[in-house]
Amino acid sequence: MRYLPHTPADIAAMLAVVGVGSLEDLFGSIPADCRRTAEMQLPQPLTEWELRDHLERLSRQMAAGPEYSLFLGAGSYDHYIPAAVPFLLSRSEFATAYTPYQPEMAQGTLQGIYEYQTLTARLLGMEVANASLYDGASALAEGLLMAIRITHRNRVAVSTAIHPLFRQVVETYCKPAGYELMEIPFDATGRTDMAALDQIEKPAAIAVQSPNFFGCIEDLKAFAEMARKKEALLVATFAEPLAFGLFKNPGSQGADIVCGEGQSLGLPRSFGGPGLGMFASRLKYVRSMPGRLVGKTTDQNGKDGFVLTLSTREQHIRREKATSNICTNNSLCALNAAMFLATLGGTGTRQLARLNYDKSEYLKKELCRAGFQTPFAGPTFNEFVVKAPRGFASTYQRLLSKKIVAGLALEPFYPELHDHFLMCATEMRTRREIDRLVKEASV
Amino acid sequence: MNESQGMTGLILNEPLLWDKGNKGRSGYSLPRPDIENSFIDETLLGSGPDFPDLSEMDVVRHYTRLSQWNFGVDTGMYPLGSCTMKYNPKVHEILAGLNGFATAHPLLPARMSQGALHLMSELQSFLAEITGLNAVSLQPAAGAQGELAGMLMLHAYYRKQGRPRSKILVPDTAHGTNPASAALCGFRPIPVSSDDQGVLSPGRVSDLMDTETAGIMLTNPNTLGLFEENIRTVAEIVHARGGQVYCDGANLNAVMGMVHMGDLGVDVMHLNLHKTFATPHGGGGPGSGPVCVKSHLAPFLPIPRIHKTEEGYVLSDDFPDTIGKLQAFWGNFSVMIKAYCYILSMGPHFLKKASQLAVLNANYLKESLKGVFHLPYDRPCMHECVFSDKLQKAHGITTLDIAKRLMDYGFHPPTIYFPLVVNGAIMIEPTETESLETINEFIRTCRSVAREAAENPDRLKLAPVNCKVKRLDEAAAARRPCLAD
Amino acid sequence: MKEINELNFPEDLRYADDHEWVRIKDHTAVIGISDYAQDQLGDIVYVELPAVGKKFPKGAEFGVVESVKAVSELYMPIGGEILSVNKLLEDAPERVNTAPYDDGWILEVKVENPSELDSLLTKDAYVTMLKG
Repeated sequence: MRYLPHTPADIAAMLAVVGVGSLEDLFGSIPADCRRTAEMQLPQPLTEWELRDHLERLSRQMAAGPEYSLFLGAGSYDHYIPAAVPFLLSRSEFATAYTPYQPEMAQGTLQGIYEYQTLTARLLGMEVANASLYDGASALAEGLLMAIRITHRNRVAVSTAIHPLFRQVVETYCKPAGYELMEIPFDATGRTDMAALDQIEKPAAIAVQSPNFFGCIEDLKAFAEMARKKEALLVATFAEPLAFGLFKNPGSQGADIVCGEGQSLGLPRSFGGPGLGMFASRLKYVRSMPGRLVGKTTDQNGKDGFVLTLSTREQHIRREKATSNICTNNSLCALNAAMFLATLGGTGTRQLARLNYDKSEYLKKELCRAGFQTPFAGPTFNEFVVKAPRGFASTYQRLLSKKIVAGLALEPFYPELHDHFLMCATEMRTRREIDRLVKEASV
Repeated sequence: MNESQGMTGLILNEPLLWDKGNKGRSGYSLPRPDIENSFIDETLLGSGPDFPDLSEMDVVRHYTRLSQWNFGVDTGMYPLGSCTMKYNPKVHEILAGLNGFATAHPLLPARMSQGALHLMSELQSFLAEITGLNAVSLQPAAGAQGELAGMLMLHAYYRKQGRPRSKILVPDTAHGTNPASAALCGFRPIPVSSDDQGVLSPGRVSDLMDTETAGIMLTNPNTLGLFEENIRTVAEIVHARGGQVYCDGANLNAVMGMVHMGDLGVDVMHLNLHKTFATPHGGGGPGSGPVCVKSHLAPFLPIPRIHKTEEGYVLSDDFPDTIGKLQAFWGNFSVMIKAYCYILSMGPHFLKKASQLAVLNANYLKESLKGVFHLPYDRPCMHECVFSDKLQKAHGITTLDIAKRLMDYGFHPPTIYFPLVVNGAIMIEPTETESLETINEFIRTCRSVAREAAENPDRLKLAPVNCKVKRLDEAAAARRPCLAD
Repeated sequence: MKEINELNFPEDLRYADDHEWVRIKDHTAVIGISDYAQDQLGDIVYVELPAVGKKFPKGAEFGVVESVKAVSELYMPIGGEILSVNKLLEDAPERVNTAPYDDGWILEVKVENPSELDSLLTKDAYVTMLKG
């Protein structure tokens, strides 16, 4: 077997040194009543080409690839990934290294992640960002737990315009410890209802997503003021950080903790995982922050270098009193995003964001001309909600058979929003594709 | 090779990203704008992020140089105990990147995602077979999240019975994520000390196990590299008082095909695909931490769950007792692909062989290094062995110094200062993918380092000398943190 | 880490068995951690101090001291109200290492119950305990 280098001669020589007769004898410390008697019921091994055939066959049973026109976002976005990025990411010194606990041999990962932290902090407008968490949803859950730790309050106010799947994860994390989750509904404009927030007393945090699940831009500055009045923290979340290449970032509007999903920054969609949990906060809260942090320091010769730092917050030292139980971050995904942002550059980020905005505005305009309504007035970024004309459900299916995915039906998530669909157009949707969707949808 | 493999190489300097580039450079191919600019409310606009502008070559040189400062499994032996740094097969990387998988959107109707759902469903059944448990969720993002899932399920299980329990037993050899995950669910971790053989004693467990205790979180084999030989008795004691047995599966590489965890009395365990199943560590992630349970805990598994219907595979949320969700979507799918490929490439015979050879490598190392370093538990080990710096202390040399000097010879150091029960612990896990030559080279290197410790301790104190940086000031990094430029 | 006889323990202080020291001045007490404790912890990077005005009973946790690789909770050797905390430790926590009994003091407390001092150890008793 090509991954097992031992020859029979090797094995014999080693057994002699160990002082046992056979490989089976090595397991003498396992009591007989703990042993498995039959072989595991697994398929016989495939050769490398049989493996390729099998996986390629499975991959062809997926509705993916350029022949599909995907007008679907909702937390997973179709952006172009420049060829240089996966090429660099495949360098096995990055991919096959472990967590940089021995910093002298891991300066590549450490500088790469330090750069990622800096780029994240700048993109989100915050003072400090960590080395990443698992995904946007669990990052939001960790952000709320952090606010609870800082304020010593047990209640959080969570907007229902936050991605429904993010909110489910928040519930999973907060329920067992008995924290109270209060919902803030959205109003007729598709944005979080500020007036409803008045009723909520002494929350640890107010959590709002912008752009929200409906693509609408929320007034984070107003929520920051509200949070200040209630002595709570504003936790701003997001699923599409490219928006901050165009719109004001959460930090500049007064957010205390910013956390969300970074998949759109050059990560392949990959059926939903792995994602990238981006997490940032004000510097004064850094000791309450979950996850790893890379810091700059100097070595014995005064040369600049990087190390993991503030580790006493983490599980391997603090154990049950840690800020979180998290051990791995999504290091390679963070590096992926940093490479993407480095390739785009500051100018490219602004251009790409603007292009995304213009594409989705064009789609919006054309759909309106074809009889769709946009119930949520107000600015949006690359996604928006339409109320489809009667009978669209069957049109939707017909479009699917033509390999056009016309958005996401919202009714399963928001029962009151039947006939409403979440449409998305990134830079990857050409004018021709958009025109084709509109034409087919109007028939 | 007569010389040590740790020679100095050409290590180029490389500035930070924003210290390079020039405004107006571009590395990105922007699509042709085929639509007009739309009106936008200027009051909402920000100034955009302060990022440098770099050409494609700026970026490629930057990351190529950075990679050359790193040491990976592909560079050399990486014997980190409890991390299972085995070889990551390259065909898996290619197959995980296949277009049909890489561009797949998670929210498409199930009938348009059959390839992925088939793969996940099969992987679940493979993992159930390997562990000897009944039901699996692939959703947890990493081992720590798998542990959290396990703890949440126990919490839900007791709540459903109407009798919540507040404590959980955690051996003193446990990984830090164990008590941290338990605490997140409101369980108070109660430490159980190992006996002088380094394993759990039924007597000590019995003294602590009561009806307020949810059960025990054990690791088998444990972090000392020893099989928990009393596990069946311990499980019986815990079950007799209504408790559940959680097993941290991080060390599964020692026993694949050898034991049936379900038969040992384990009710719930997590696996680390990035350890046992050869998916790359990525410099700290992404991993994948599936959780496997016996049938009585299956109702509490995270949603959605995959099952096969007449129309094919579907994702279903219809499980009223579920603990909920841990990630927005279905788990780290591209990591799952690689583990799936690994299991299909190895088959049952070679998976067992892998465990046998991992244990052979570790025992061979243990016998060869006995006397070079102090061995606190001189008994047969599983896939890893634990030494200490006791012999080198006499020369003023610590475990840290030994680790730093190993780097100069071209090896990644073993895990140090864990488990906590051994003072100055050095935990070595070679894995089965290291050849006899490499292991002999490692043994020779350890002997050289031990000799230097006795005859020339400064060589260790000043180590490493061949890396890009010397020892770093970690105290300054923590006192005056500089976390972003 | 040093041997016990290389460490310093002033005669005029009293010591708790979990390594805090107390210096009495009328009805106030200054509290810090011993030379042994700072040596065991290594380079101290952060001291978490309580708010002035808070009251803690004897034995209660009042703060935390962190080094690069370890964390240690701090417990009141005697009970009382916090009169002042050593703000210099915010920027220079290393003072606890370099001068644990002077610049590296941690708290000043108004003593509630002077008889609580009786159960603290003298220098000799503390050193005996460390050697034991």
